[in-house]
Amino acid sequence: MSAAVAPEVAPAVQEIKKTTCYMCACRCGIRVHLRDGQVRYIDGNPDHPLNQGVICAKGSSGIMKQYSPARLLKPLKRKAGAERGAGDFEEISWEEVYATLAERLGKIRATDPKKFALFTGRDQMQALTGLFARQFGTPNYAAHGGLCSVNMAAGMIYTIGGSFWEFGGPDLDRAKLFVMIGTAEDHHSNPLKIAIAKFKRNGGRFISINPVRTGYSAIADEWVPIRPGTDGALLLAIIHELIAKGLYDRDFLVRYTNAGQLVNLDDKHDEFGMFVRTEVPQEEACYDPQNKLWWDRISNKPVITHSEGADPFLLGEFVLSDGTPVKPSFQLLQERVQDYTPEWAAQITGIPVDVIRRLAYEMGVTARDQQIELPIAWTDSWGKEHDTVTGNPVAFHAMRGLAAHSNGFHTIRALAILMSLLGTIDRPGGFRHKAPFPRPIPPCARTPTSPLAVRPDTPLDGMALGWPSDPDDLFIHEDGTPVRIDKAFSWEYPLSVHGLMHNVITNAWRGDPYRIDTLMIFMSNMAWNSTMNTVEVRKMLNDKDEHGEHKIPFIVVCDAFQSEMTAFADLILPDTTYLERHDAMSMLDRPISEFDGPVDAVRIPVLPPSGECRPFQEVLIELGARLKLPVFTASDGSRKYRDYPDFIVNYETEPGSGIGFLAGWRGRGGEKFMRGEPNPNQWEMYAKNNCIYHHELPRSYQYMRNWNQGYLEWSQRNRITRYAEPILIHLYSEVLQKFRLAAQGKGISRKPPEHLKQRVETFFDPLPFFYEPLETQLTDKHKYPLAAITQRPMAMYHSWDSQNAWLRQIHTYNTLYVNTQTARLQGIADGDWIWVESQWGKVRCMAQHSEAVEPGTVWTWNAIGKAAGAWNLTPEANESRQGFLLNHLISDELPGKPGASRVSNSDPVTGQAAWYDVRVRIYKAGAEEAQETSPQFEALTPVPGMKQRPTWLAYFGGGKIK
Amino acid sequence: MTQLALVIDLNVCVGCHACVTSCKEWNTSGPAGAMSDERPYDVNPTGNFFNRVQTFEVGEFPNTETVHFPKSCLHCEDPPCVPVCPTGASYKRKEDGIVLVDYDKCIGCKYCSWACPYGVREIDEKQKVMKKCTLCVDRIYDQSLPEAERKPACVMACPTSARLFGDVHDPESVVSKAIRESGGYPLMPEWGTQPANHYLPRRKTRLRIHEDELERTDNPLKIDRQLPKPDMAEPSLDDVTSW
Repeated sequence: MSAAVAPEVAPAVQEIKKTTCYMCACRCGIRVHLRDGQVRYIDGNPDHPLNQGVICAKGSSGIMKQYSPARLLKPLKRKAGAERGAGDFEEISWEEVYATLAERLGKIRATDPKKFALFTGRDQMQALTGLFARQFGTPNYAAHGGLCSVNMAAGMIYTIGGSFWEFGGPDLDRAKLFVMIGTAEDHHSNPLKIAIAKFKRNGGRFISINPVRTGYSAIADEWVPIRPGTDGALLLAIIHELIAKGLYDRDFLVRYTNAGQLVNLDDKHDEFGMFVRTEVPQEEACYDPQNKLWWDRISNKPVITHSEGADPFLLGEFVLSDGTPVKPSFQLLQERVQDYTPEWAAQITGIPVDVIRRLAYEMGVTARDQQIELPIAWTDSWGKEHDTVTGNPVAFHAMRGLAAHSNGFHTIRALAILMSLLGTIDRPGGFRHKAPFPRPIPPCARTPTSPLAVRPDTPLDGMALGWPSDPDDLFIHEDGTPVRIDKAFSWEYPLSVHGLMHNVITNAWRGDPYRIDTLMIFMSNMAWNSTMNTVEVRKMLNDKDEHGEHKIPFIVVCDAFQSEMTAFADLILPDTTYLERHDAMSMLDRPISEFDGPVDAVRIPVLPPSGECRPFQEVLIELGARLKLPVFTASDGSRKYRDYPDFIVNYETEPGSGIGFLAGWRGRGGEKFMRGEPNPNQWEMYAKNNCIYHHELPRSYQYMRNWNQGYLEWSQRNRITRYAEPILIHLYSEVLQKFRLAAQGKGISRKPPEHLKQRVETFFDPLPFFYEPLETQLTDKHKYPLAAITQRPMAMYHSWDSQNAWLRQIHTYNTLYVNTQTARLQGIADGDWIWVESQWGKVRCMAQHSEAVEPGTVWTWNAIGKAAGAWNLTPEANESRQGFLLNHLISDELPGKPGASRVSNSDPVTGQAAWYDVRVRIYKAGAEEAQETSPQFEALTPVPGMKQRPTWLAYFGGGKIK
Repeated sequence: MTQLALVIDLNVCVGCHACVTSCKEWNTSGPAGAMSDERPYDVNPTGNFFNRVQTFEVGEFPNTETVHFPKSCLHCEDPPCVPVCPTGASYKRKEDGIVLVDYDKCIGCKYCSWACPYGVREIDEKQKVMKKCTLCVDRIYDQSLPEAERKPACVMACPTSARLFGDVHDPESVVSKAIRESGGYPLMPEWGTQPANHYLPRRKTRLRIHEDELERTDNPLKIDRQLPKPDMAEPSLDDVTSW
């Protein structure tokens, strides 16, 4: 049967090429169908483990990204005399780009390498960008994790040795109850959609806890509206109920967590609040030595943990023979949650008491009564053989809904503890790790600990980012002041494991802690939606000192599209799109591993680069060679790697280490994996295998990996980890206690400066506690009664897609969703123009009534509003007239205590940007006011080299209509 | 007689719009293309789509449902768009029930879009012809595609598998079973159009916990909780009576 629809398409050269999507950070496998060399169609690769053939709205619109008129096609420099932000550029050659950068960066490197700062919006290329920064010698490097979701990474990894998204996730294949807390739609996109749908079809129960019912919450069996920033109170009350009702998994807690370990409670002692150690001297290594004590129920005396035949008390108080009072850490947890009753939490969260109790009971009863036993034999780290793997089928997922608050770290610690109490860690139906996780707590990477690590013409002596385990790991000067421009790993934000990108511009502008020379930004819109305090930050980017010199002397931006940020650049490097480049989703960074084993992936170009675009990777390799950075330079001083693909194949972490960016098809003939000599045909082998390498572990290594001897030894043999020691869950965090002790003046470690002592002592609590977000504490809640947050639209990724002709028709502008009753009380009708005002600024926007938001919250879609003329939209485009940017209302800093300096509006433990903490009020805009958003900025004009935007689009990919 | 159709499961549709753009992407470069977009980078961009997702709220806070509702041509068994067409461009295929438009005959008079009670026909403002969902008629019979891919683009794309495709006249088909077993319903049956496409409603899973399920025989507190023991020296009955 032939299709009777005309017209038919003439035969044309058709080709299908496989690569990896990058319309968001999910990294699905795609097939790009080409016709006469043009993209005819992009669909999901059915043989790819992540998306199994499906694709999302963004992935299906890749064509419109590829051919968008907002593409930057030429290297550009700001015209002499033009103001930053005005977008007045002239074309230059790549040779001039490289010569300019090599000269400028060469001088910086030879004098003071920290004056070069490299910050990237994308953190799936950190293996290379981080290597470049380290080789350059600057400590001032990070990706965007600090403003994204570092609380989720740090809170979970410091507790269970793994976290959500790339590092692990809910096992919905086996779960019976799934609880999603806060917005998480963009991480992990298609795999989570596939999993939730299957889960629901299999009869699972899905509860969503979120101030807003949209996205995945829409199909939840139950929606539990909650006030933003109060999730910690809910989670602690649930823990209270689980313990009070005896619904915790005692066997799991005893063997796999530090619940039974005895804590020294002699408050005169330097070791107060630390676990009591046996006489065995502690090894200096990156794991928890097995030298702690239990109080054994059988012999009623202290024994070394996991002693054969022993069973510890989890509750009670005891006295050691030397008179030291001790308690098991579970006892301390129970005491901590004593007053965190459902009644208490109901007042804070707005969730009724009986709902909080029921949530706890549903979790506890499902975990216990629907227990799974899989016939998988495995051996634990203490040599005990198990015939089965047990699963307590309650799964959770959360991302930035919990993370983007200044109390997020402790909230997420509470979540990880709740998941552990239910006995769900790396078990069927619960949370499961993805390689290279689990890691020791904390993971072994460390930053340098003193400014001496930063020396001219020398690589940085340590990693720019790491995982502090005690105050001596901080990256600070002798007087306690920060070494890094973003103040990461300082006493202000000691566990800022992803850096604080959101502090960089403000700090560099103010010269606190110092001024820098060159700021290089890759793929981050820091003059718009990837910054807080946007209006002021834009001024800082163009601000000049008394000599008329820019306070941030040189700004380099690499991006594929013209944006609000590129307008502020001195130098613009036109990047390729994902269809035009090689890429490695590396085990050294954030691979795409599955629960069943490690997976890494590549991109292989499907199309030649457009215009004069060059991939940022090639720029780094070229600069590395020109600057003669050791890794990129051969022993005779010549260039070591021809290009990025050559680098990926031949680079080894150390000469002969056999560890490189890609884990698959290593060894001369591609016969090895994880570790092996470089294979000259590695790219071809990836190309033939759907652009992935997937190593499926034996079933006995797929679960309980924190304590699975077989898995840990496999992991050690394959150099995924250095130690095969068990990774006990930290219900009670000694790491946090060590910082608290330092703040209390105890012990021999470094001590915080006077003005930060109280802050460190308060927030470095070894057990999770609830406090109001810092901004809320500073806000008159009668004046600013509403919380304002954003949600993630599934058809857009951050600000990336307004230049996409199809996707922008789905989200052309954003409105502020207001609960109908809340709006009516203010006399605000559906569709009215209103002002939203915080302590820090105000924005005019359109209100939309909604029954799907709790009355104390207003919300909008993230990053739909644009500056006029940006992304090569016309200045009249809806995005810049009707749409608005909530970031104008959010401060990057909070006033400190009287006499103290300002601090970043961030979590005091991790430095996570607290952009979900803002409080606002709303009121009708005057009838005489313009019906468009405010503030407005002078419209950007297209830069040289860009294509003209058409007034009509009728895309037909290749071939001809007969 | 065959009647091909889509069955859309509102119980799992998360409103991600994958069906919307994958449809546009497939069809713009196919026999129905190009599907034009007016003012693609300007104010009020508007383009030709065969499939759109509408999102609406049902109920009042806090008893609110947010419904994502994908909508395309329903391929009615008695399509009101066909008899009104003055040129015979709109027609329903006997062999598989797909409602199509012959662009060579279409004069863009829009009668059909006025007649359609579901608002699923969209004029292509550039070509001035009426366009609509073809159920990817150029995919589903294409022998050059692997059999598993002879499905509409939206069905292939859908991450939650919320879109089922098949013959609603065949009682054993996946779509007929879904309609039968999961309460599938047509849109506005009162119009007598007999839409071939159906929707599956939201279904709720609940957990009933009986009170005695909370009194657990395996309660670990029996092990962990130590009830306080009185001091031996504290007074007791032994001190005051001998019985």
